[in-house]
Amino acid sequence: MENILALARKTAEASEIFEVAAEETSVQFETNRLKHIQSKQSTGIALRIIKEGRLGYATTTETGDVKNLIDSAVETARFGMPAKFQLPPSTPYPRIDTFDPAVEATPLEDMEKLGQELIEIIIAHTPEILCEAEVSKDTISVKLINSSGGQAEYKKSIFSAGIMGSLIRGTDMLFVGESQSSCNPITQPKEIAEVVIQQLELAKNPASVNTAQLPVIFTPRGAASALIPSLATAFNGKTVLQGASPIGNKLGKKVFDAKISLWDDPTIAFRPHSRPCDDEGVASRRTPLIEQGVVASFLYDLQTAALANTESTGSGDRGGGLPSPAPSALIIAPGKTSMDDMIKDIKEGLVIEQLMGAEQGNILGGDFSGNVLLGYKVESGKIVGRVKNTMVSGNVYEVLKELTAVGSRAEWVGGFLCTPPLYCPRLSVASKG
Amino acid sequence: MPDIETTASQLAEALKKYKADYIEARLERSQRSHITYRGKELESAGQSTAVGGNIRALVRGGWGFVSFNDFNDLNQRIELAVKQATLVGREESRLAPVEPIIDTVASKQDAPLDIPLAEKKKLLDEYNQIIWRTPSLQTSVIGYADSHQETIFLSSLGSYIKQPRTDITIRLSAVAAEDGDVQQANLSLGSRGDFSPMRRLHKEVEEMAKHAVAMLSAPRVKGGEYTVVLDPVLAGVFVHEAFGHLSESDFVYEDDRLRQVMVLGKQFGSKELNIVDSATVPGLRGSYKYDDEGVPATKTYLIKEGKLVGRLHSRETAAKMGEKPTGNARAINYRYPPIVRMTNTYIEPGKTSFKDIIADIKEGVYAKNWFGGTTSMEMFTFSAGEAYMIRNGKIAEALRPVVLTGNVFTTLNNIDAIGNDLDMNQGGGCGKGGQYPLPVSNGSPHIRISKCLVGGS
Repeated sequence: MENILALARKTAEASEIFEVAAEETSVQFETNRLKHIQSKQSTGIALRIIKEGRLGYATTTETGDVKNLIDSAVETARFGMPAKFQLPPSTPYPRIDTFDPAVEATPLEDMEKLGQELIEIIIAHTPEILCEAEVSKDTISVKLINSSGGQAEYKKSIFSAGIMGSLIRGTDMLFVGESQSSCNPITQPKEIAEVVIQQLELAKNPASVNTAQLPVIFTPRGAASALIPSLATAFNGKTVLQGASPIGNKLGKKVFDAKISLWDDPTIAFRPHSRPCDDEGVASRRTPLIEQGVVASFLYDLQTAALANTESTGSGDRGGGLPSPAPSALIIAPGKTSMDDMIKDIKEGLVIEQLMGAEQGNILGGDFSGNVLLGYKVESGKIVGRVKNTMVSGNVYEVLKELTAVGSRAEWVGGFLCTPPLYCPRLSVASKG
Repeated sequence: MPDIETTASQLAEALKKYKADYIEARLERSQRSHITYRGKELESAGQSTAVGGNIRALVRGGWGFVSFNDFNDLNQRIELAVKQATLVGREESRLAPVEPIIDTVASKQDAPLDIPLAEKKKLLDEYNQIIWRTPSLQTSVIGYADSHQETIFLSSLGSYIKQPRTDITIRLSAVAAEDGDVQQANLSLGSRGDFSPMRRLHKEVEEMAKHAVAMLSAPRVKGGEYTVVLDPVLAGVFVHEAFGHLSESDFVYEDDRLRQVMVLGKQFGSKELNIVDSATVPGLRGSYKYDDEGVPATKTYLIKEGKLVGRLHSRETAAKMGEKPTGNARAINYRYPPIVRMTNTYIEPGKTSFKDIIADIKEGVYAKNWFGGTTSMEMFTFSAGEAYMIRNGKIAEALRPVVLTGNVFTTLNNIDAIGNDLDMNQGGGCGKGGQYPLPVSNGSPHIRISKCLVGGS
């Protein structure tokens, strides 16, 4: 890395090298049986330069091919965006635990056993179900150095376990599932299996709703599929800078229900999306986004922050190439109402566990419309069964402006979101009955 | 710097030495470039190169898979793949027999990577200027990417196949905003290496930008059941989501209940309905000569005269279902094993003109242009980039974008008119099992679906 930096400095005013090395092993089950074991090794290097004031960028997996890497970056710098920021010098980072050597040390046999136990618990409940399961362990090493003297280095371990079951009766299909991930090994199948068993229980009987405006409770998984894609885009500093965020000019204003507080937090110990610094070497911190309904701030990387005349929030993410603002882990504060009390409050309505296709709508404007892939009907304060052939449509900003209640228990969904259930008074429901 | 040809010749001998029912290796060298614009400015331009490979082994029905981009000590990687497969294997290995193939598929000359970045940028500048000529536009996003991949496939059967793959994609979005309301319109196109279609989008880009602004004053559709007419682009997405995924045999082959549902000969639609998947059509994004298991590409009828007549296979699914392999095992890159995928999927043209299709619709929805789509096999949703009401046989007012949903077992039966104007959609990419975006194309003539559920206010 140091030799690439030294060479790049000869042609560019500023340069930065980012290197990721990963080892991943997964054990996969299909139709209730062990089917694959996979291991993946990868290394990648990204070079970002500022030459004549413009950004250049190139990546490679070939650590030896330094000349080609630098030439590629120089070529792109001819057109690159003018760089408005300075690479950060050496700064102290918060100590955030993201590595547990026990993950790497977990034998394949234990991973297989966990997958097998998960499947056995589900089959014991519903013998005719067919399950796919995956247990995986990853070790990731991240290194960053830049020409301002900045440097960062950390290791992360991620252990994940997930299961998806399908229950087919004629042409009627039911899909259930849950997954969890952590920087520590997952050893017990119970918590994951319990979620799936509850889904199977609630979906046992068919139920139907009428085309109408109905109250709807989004479970944490339901909220993730219906509401979060729009919010993640709206709080992105880049969307705000372009004037394409509906809340971009609402900083300090109350846009959402006072029961909602939302923040981004990459600093929680042993969470898979935690890290001491972002992908540009800016220290991690917790960033409030909504405080009791009021828009509190947006997420920025170095370049976007400079253009918006503000500071980076340590949200530079290299998911798609050059760093760009992105949330690390979104957290919604729990409220005061239990799930049971929310359900008891509904005369006729829906509980949505998964909405399919919601992210295909107008994400920027907040409009969503999706098929209820897994959802239940509530009748006179009780869940009576599963609804199908039903579409739910609404607008994220209208939904979150007025909530009847926010659930008292928050749950992690897929490592990137922790939210309680959200209960909204009315949504448009269209059904084939 | 590892040279994949030299590595391949070393591996060809090594693969035969290990105790496994079958071993294959795939080595890959790729180059990519991308340019994105956000608003009036170029946001990012970048280039990348990657070299990597994988080993896949089968032992007693169990699979081991090892991917890497460090080429040192390949024997150890083969050993690991075999060891993993041995840990998994508990039954008999079954793969449909294929002949070993030794072939080098020629690389095309007009590779997009040979076109200088400056020339690509100039073209995108033209499009961005067209977008920004439109009054009341808020912002725009343009994403252009191209890639060229050289792959060598080797197997313990003695196959050695060298194949190139080039892919180009462009996606443009125009965003209009007014009083906190934001609307967007998109245009998406892809190509299997030919850059010239990318140069001819001026008129479409202008229409897209105007449409984004027009939607600010368009109403939302009232949710409910409608007679819906789909244009060829959206009907292509519909056939991909609603039926294509269900015909991928890896969902079916070890699931007895699903096998009963998907039994050959079952009636899914009217006699006019024919659905095909074919990687053999020259020049489309899903086209190739051999799949990633070294099986020659085929043209497969999935539905003929409304009846289920075929499905898409890997060597394993074909053997386990007692059917012929179709050459549909594909991987997006060396980091993944091949899985059963579509290639170019389309509804064959019928006889009805577009005018006749809408002539007797009193109130319906005309949905055009692709925005997205997804499936759970039984149920699917897909969303249109543009939509209009149909009133008394005529296209009427524009609507906000609509999301349509259906149940595959009833919706195909509800197709009651098939147009005579087949067109292929080369935009987008398909995702499955974490492998996204895979280059595919899909297409159809205009089709009419009765009683289709549309989400709305």
